[in-house]
Amino acid sequence: MTLRATTSQTVGPFFSIGLDRLNCAELVGPGVAGERVTIEGRVLDADGVGVPDAIIELWQANSYGKYAHPEDPQDKPVEIGFQGYGRIPTDEDGKFRFTTIKPGAVPGPGPDGKLQAPHIAVSVFMRGLMRRVVTRIYFPDEPGNAADFALGLVEAGRRGTLIARKTPGMDGLLKWDVIMRGPGETVFFDC
Amino acid sequence: MSELPGYRRAVPGTQPEYLHPTYKSSLKRAPSQPLVYLPHTLSEITGPVFAPESVNVKACDLTRQHSGEPLGERIIVSGRVMDEDGKPVQKTLLEVWQANAAGRYRHKVDQHQAPLDPNFSGQGYAMTDNEGRYRFITVRPGEYPWGNHHNAWRPAHMHFSVFGPAFATRLVTQMYFPGDPLLPFDPIYNCTADEAARQRLISAFDWESTIPGHALGYKFDIILNGREATPMENR
Repeated sequence: MTLRATTSQTVGPFFSIGLDRLNCAELVGPGVAGERVTIEGRVLDADGVGVPDAIIELWQANSYGKYAHPEDPQDKPVEIGFQGYGRIPTDEDGKFRFTTIKPGAVPGPGPDGKLQAPHIAVSVFMRGLMRRVVTRIYFPDEPGNAADFALGLVEAGRRGTLIARKTPGMDGLLKWDVIMRGPGETVFFDC
Repeated sequence: MSELPGYRRAVPGTQPEYLHPTYKSSLKRAPSQPLVYLPHTLSEITGPVFAPESVNVKACDLTRQHSGEPLGERIIVSGRVMDEDGKPVQKTLLEVWQANAAGRYRHKVDQHQAPLDPNFSGQGYAMTDNEGRYRFITVRPGEYPWGNHHNAWRPAHMHFSVFGPAFATRLVTQMYFPGDPLLPFDPIYNCTADEAARQRLISAFDWESTIPGHALGYKFDIILNGREATPMENR
């Protein structure tokens, strides 16, 4: 039997009714290992105007590089206080902010399983988008970025859209924007 | 470990493109650059898992969240979540939201001059069982006007959010009702090129789930991306 995957439709402007229950901007529970980071930014439209009705979902490994999922076969610890899932709606200016731990490196594709640079998988939904956009957040000053397979799929001039920026004088605070369209447009993946 | 199979991609035409001039909100929000093809890795093959204990079994009944019963026509919306091979998607979380019977959302942005219903929030969630089945009890949502173009009206619909087993299977969609005269005119429904794919968003009236003397049943199956048969190749 071959069925066809159901067509995506926009979340529309009223998604908070159904989705607010799982909002989570603080991904880290008690006793979780790793380097805490806060990432903040804005979702911007083609005119550079903040998108006030977007919602971001995050998925990441813990600091050991282990996903809290039954198909992660790695012999690494899962932590009770860390699911790795976040959901953050933007505010009236298109801003979002969340706190998590920097994920560990996870295996890449192919039989050699070469490690990917630490990253967070991101979905963004909003009114006006008939299906989500998928992107990734990478970390600044990360030696693994240069050899990361997914960054390597992206033309050099656009890779920076996937890498969070440090905030001078503010350790642990990173900035990362989502530019939907136009100059500086964020790289989105076919996932 | 890295040879876990990935998920299949959409058949061309069966998923909407981002830019639709007829859908005004897409003009400034749709990406202009082509998507970068991402082979699935452990990051995309895994995804959030929610514990069955976290789901309130009463949350699937949108008609019993307040002291009284909501106005409107009670309906049962049920179906199965499966992958493209017909395999049930077990214990996955569904979230739904909708307008009330008068076509009004309980949301500060909704300024439509139709009454709110103190007995209806329009929010529900449920987890599929081991056969992939789910069931919501609700009221039939009303049609409502919107500002996309002159005399624009949305057909009656329910919003569905489904996780599936992986980051790659995440889906948000809308379910419509059979025979709705507004469907041919709705830019959102019509954003998908493939007609058969569009029609799969329309629920089917269903005697089997209809409760005599109480509520009509509508069937809506949700299909998530199937699994690749063979391990991923290194591209």
